[in-house]
Amino acid sequence: MTTSTDQAPADEAARADAHLAVHLLRLGDDALVLGQRLCRWITRAPTIEEDMALSNIALDLIGHARTLLALSGEADGTGRTEDEFAFTRSDREFTNALLTELPCGDFAVTVARQLVYAHYAVLYYEALADRADLRLAAFGERAAKEVAFHRTHADNWALRLGLGTPESARRMQRGLEQVWPYAAELFDEDEVTRHVVAAGTAPSPAPLHPVWQRRVGEVVTRAGLTVPTPRWRAGGGRAGLHTEEFGPLIADMQSVHRQFPGGRW
Amino acid sequence: MSRRTEGAPASWEVFLRPRRGLNHQHVGSVRAADADTALLRARDLYTRRGDPLSLWVVRSDAVHAASPDERDPFFAGAHHKPYRYPEHFPPLTEKGADGDHLD
Amino acid sequence: MSARPTGTTPASQDELLAHFDGLIAAGETVEPRDWMPDGYRRMMIRQVAQHAHSEIIGMQPEGAWLTRAPSLYRKSVLIAKVQDEAGHGMYLYSAAETLGVDRAALLDALHQGQQRASATFNHPALTWADTGAIAWLTDGAAVINQAPLCRTSYGPYARAMRRVCQEEAFHVRQGYDLMRTLCEGTPEQKAMAQDAVDRWWLPAVALMFGPPDTEAGGADARAAALGAAVSRRAMAWGIKRHTNDELRQRFVDSCVPQAERLGLVLPDPAIRWNEERGHHDFTPVDWDLYRAALGEDTHWSRQRLAHRRAAHEDGAWVREASAAYAARFGADGPPPPPAPDPETASKAGAGPAAVEDVRGGAGERA
Repeated sequence: MTTSTDQAPADEAARADAHLAVHLLRLGDDALVLGQRLCRWITRAPTIEEDMALSNIALDLIGHARTLLALSGEADGTGRTEDEFAFTRSDREFTNALLTELPCGDFAVTVARQLVYAHYAVLYYEALADRADLRLAAFGERAAKEVAFHRTHADNWALRLGLGTPESARRMQRGLEQVWPYAAELFDEDEVTRHVVAAGTAPSPAPLHPVWQRRVGEVVTRAGLTVPTPRWRAGGGRAGLHTEEFGPLIADMQSVHRQFPGGRW
Repeated sequence: MSRRTEGAPASWEVFLRPRRGLNHQHVGSVRAADADTALLRARDLYTRRGDPLSLWVVRSDAVHAASPDERDPFFAGAHHKPYRYPEHFPPLTEKGADGDHLD
Repeated sequence: MSARPTGTTPASQDELLAHFDGLIAAGETVEPRDWMPDGYRRMMIRQVAQHAHSEIIGMQPEGAWLTRAPSLYRKSVLIAKVQDEAGHGMYLYSAAETLGVDRAALLDALHQGQQRASATFNHPALTWADTGAIAWLTDGAAVINQAPLCRTSYGPYARAMRRVCQEEAFHVRQGYDLMRTLCEGTPEQKAMAQDAVDRWWLPAVALMFGPPDTEAGGADARAAALGAAVSRRAMAWGIKRHTNDELRQRFVDSCVPQAERLGLVLPDPAIRWNEERGHHDFTPVDWDLYRAALGEDTHWSRQRLAHRRAAHEDGAWVREASAAYAARFGADGPPPPPAPDPETASKAGAGPAAVEDVRGGAGERA
């Protein structure tokens, strides 16, 4: 796996970069896989306006992935491009949190996932803007503004579905129940995170969890819904252990690229 | 037709300030059930290009209109006071309007 | 919507018509509150609605490739293009609504098969290169069709078209660029590009410009007369500015040198430069073929409509929820929560930077 921490001793800086590379890859994979899932909505949304809104969000996320994957390729010294990461890795090499790969479900499930992810992403990208090196901080600042809009979109819909009709409230609550067990993985800390924090190259998401809980809790409560209290939590995405639905997602995404070896796009 | 299930949302007129120093300008309309959603949609639809500064939405049915073509007394005389228009006066320089930095 | 002028003296039908004809003759635009003949209103509704439907149905063939775009750059470009089409649909539905129909009714008519989108999109997008061919050829055709519509006589339609045309220019260029990249790639990539052009040329030439309306365009005398009558009326009202066949010729003339630069062959052996006419000759559009393609009972016409209808039906509960929410709380929504979290007012702000909240009276009131 790419999360190797047991390599032969290298110099301190190179190791720090290897950890940063893994960390950036995780962030990039989150954005890529979620963007990929949202593409599925385009032409299938409840209104044309929503086709537009979801495609705007997908476009931002793919943009974040492109920057993060390219930075990861620089940090790990391989110089791999965004497309090499996206189109030539196998399923097990992807390190996104499982939340992002869940099938879209109905519109309520999508809104619930956007709520979870966008609130997390605003906090994390703001932290990046504050505490990362210059280039990464610049990315964090731009990305935080974009995901803040995604958050507004998710909040807006959570309220409307929660306080709309009995049917929409039931679906929204069910959507929250479905995605909530997958939220915690976004905030996990492991050896990689601890290394980048120690090296001062990127912040940990773990300390942001309480603020996240308060904020999404506030939205869910305003929407007249109940914050789920799942008895289990998902994990494994960071180690490349995915859901069964992930294989078809990757196969679909990579199909054209793989059909034309040596192709230029 | 199933107007009810369509939930035909209200129409909102969208005004955009494209850059500093300009008024908000009418750019079109969006459909949305409420003001917040109308703002989100107007943002999605009308600000994908350029770098607009601000956005207003106004419910279309809140716009009270009078149209000059209806020979409304409201507009009487707009063309009878040519001195309100710069073309009424000779340009400031011999280069014509191009040399005239008054716009 | 179709308000008659409400001046102090009620105008007679003749005066109204004379005023309307005067506007058209002077090249002025007709605006929503102007009186207009019923025939003009009907023709305009039909054209704008069909145009709007084509934009949203036209999202499907390319939309199907969003998840499979072979590079992240191309994926971004394609998302941006498909979302523009959603936007164009919205501009155009808004324009149609100024004529006194509402979008819900227009969508119902589309879903029930009473109104149609352009038959161009009743063709499948079979490979990635199709996304390039569609953009280069059908969007290219659309631009040629639409450029004169920026000066069409109905104001809201003309204004919508000016926005659409500005955005479409990017669509055609990115399609050409996509095709160029394929043509400069591996032999397999180039073969994919040629195959896509082979399949999308005819839909673009035949279906994007409407039926032949001149005998020169290949229609038999009867069909030409029929087409010409419709075109003449549309031109007299300033809705159209050129015949279908004129625009079709313009399209072929623009494509031939582009295809040559790409090294692709347009699948029409009759294409050759005609010195005398100063135009390229090409195989005239077969009226029967044109009619056949318009038949709604093909796999792909059913498929496009079924896709559209499913999205609409699956989303009904969402639209009902937003309507119920607005009915419950009014346009301004529920009151904000009592004690705002100080952190939600942090630097990324509670909303997008581009949106200036004016509801609190912060707008210009001076």
